[in-house]
Amino acid sequence: MKITRAEVEHVARLARLELSAEEAEIFTGQMDAILAYVDKLNELDTTGITPTSHAVPVENAFRADEERPSIGTDNAMANAPDRVDGFFRVPKVIE
Amino acid sequence: MELYELTIHELHEKLKKREVSSVEATRAFLDRIESVDPRVNAFITVTADEALKAAEEADRRIAAGETTILTGIPVALKDIFLTQGVRTTCASRILDTFIPPYDATSWVKLKERGAVLVGKLNQDEFAMGSSCESSAFGPTRNPWNLECIPGGSSGGSAAAIAAREATATLGTDTGGSIRQPASHCGCVGLKPTYGRVSRYGVIAYASSLDQVGPMTRDVADCAIMLGAVAGYDPLDSTSIDRPVPDYTASLGPEVTGLKIGLPKEYFIAGLDPDVKKTLDAAIDTYKRLGAEFVEISLPHTDYAVATYYLIATAEASSNLARYDGVRFGHRAKEAAGLIDMFARSRAEGFGAEVKRRIMLGTYALSSGYYDAYYLKAQRVRTLIMHDFLQAFATVDVILTPVAPTPAFRIGEKVNDPLQMYLSDIFTIPVNLAGTCGISVPAGMSGDGLPIGLQLVGRPFGEEAILRAAYAFEQATEWHKQKAQL
Repeated sequence: MKITRAEVEHVARLARLELSAEEAEIFTGQMDAILAYVDKLNELDTTGITPTSHAVPVENAFRADEERPSIGTDNAMANAPDRVDGFFRVPKVIE
Repeated sequence: MELYELTIHELHEKLKKREVSSVEATRAFLDRIESVDPRVNAFITVTADEALKAAEEADRRIAAGETTILTGIPVALKDIFLTQGVRTTCASRILDTFIPPYDATSWVKLKERGAVLVGKLNQDEFAMGSSCESSAFGPTRNPWNLECIPGGSSGGSAAAIAAREATATLGTDTGGSIRQPASHCGCVGLKPTYGRVSRYGVIAYASSLDQVGPMTRDVADCAIMLGAVAGYDPLDSTSIDRPVPDYTASLGPEVTGLKIGLPKEYFIAGLDPDVKKTLDAAIDTYKRLGAEFVEISLPHTDYAVATYYLIATAEASSNLARYDGVRFGHRAKEAAGLIDMFARSRAEGFGAEVKRRIMLGTYALSSGYYDAYYLKAQRVRTLIMHDFLQAFATVDVILTPVAPTPAFRIGEKVNDPLQMYLSDIFTIPVNLAGTCGISVPAGMSGDGLPIGLQLVGRPFGEEAILRAAYAFEQATEWHKQKAQL
């Protein structure tokens, strides 16, 4: 086994993803098969190989720090599920 | 020929000569969508009213002599491109009612040239899939055989071309999502070099791999669309500041002396006989046209799928963290506190494939596994890139299959994600190497399903693959085949 049901449930908590018991069961089997497959990368000796994060080298992209028009609060909040007075409203964080 | 069957360049001639108006052309497409889309399901949203208004404006521009090649041309976009004021879902329940406050740069560029948007196209949810079956809005069907998948993730973008529901479309390609559906639906699809086209306003899946590209009826149209959307964008820090060539001018029937590489790792025993036959015939065509073939090796091909599914899922898990039910998107009604609200909103909003990839990516990035999975995959990615750079020292372009089989049946691979992932084996390496590839119609299976061939070019070598694709197209009739609907 590459991954256990308990590990799958732990990862789901890290990912902020509520899984049903059935989903956790199915994902355990499927992730196990996929992780067993990706293990084939260990056939390759990659000592001293530089990791590639972007195929085309990209330097930090800077621009002048100048004021520009923005989309504004109303536009930025138009899709919010719940808002009040220019704030996003969420369930109580601290009891 | 019906207006909805014309290419961009053909319709442009008629618009310019005032033989037809953009309003007439747009109406022809809207009628066509109404008549065939209930069967194909290529569209998530049809923007009929906005399209007719834009077409009227295009007709005014044409009358005033301000015509570009795209003025008045009806196009459609994968529903991953933000369109201001027009619902954009990424085929996910979590963005079911999302109305973007701004436009994607690639759509701005088409709009500025006068293109008319007829609607937003179906896809795999968040572009995660190879079959268009993971859409929250139901699968798109292949216009050549409605029981088959159109490919994915840009399945709607390909099916809309094959069903003649738009003149041209835009898709995105992270591991083959433009080229594979283009092959399965018998249209032309190009994935440009990483950085060639701005991704501003394109919903992110795997940021080191995602790229925007055109899907069209023929290679000339593909060159026109690429020329329109390519170029540096200050709003996308990964776009490259490099001049955009005149892609249309690079097209020509001549390939004498062109050195085409055939990677031995791509012509494996398990290749579908119809795909093999198609590739063999294409090689003969190129030989007849005067191209030279060289056997090459891309030795790390067999590791590409594993590398991709670690890198892409890791990046996806990070990119999709933004869907938390706070600022936009679906929020769960019942929740015991903030964390529970996040977890339930995401559970209700995401489909199975998206959850699976978030889980895999979170695992690959989690403490104790980062070096073994994510970093290891990034090192193997370097080896895969070097394979291509080495090959391009001796050849001009590389010819390969696009997919190991023609389009498979809807439902066939839904319960076996690993089998689904392996169907991208010939397209994924191009994304990992960050270079460009095109799929061109090259044959037909015994069951009447289209098969494409892939040409891979050097980084920023789009002119070379377009030219080679154009020569093949001019010498064959495959792009003229039409799906009967």
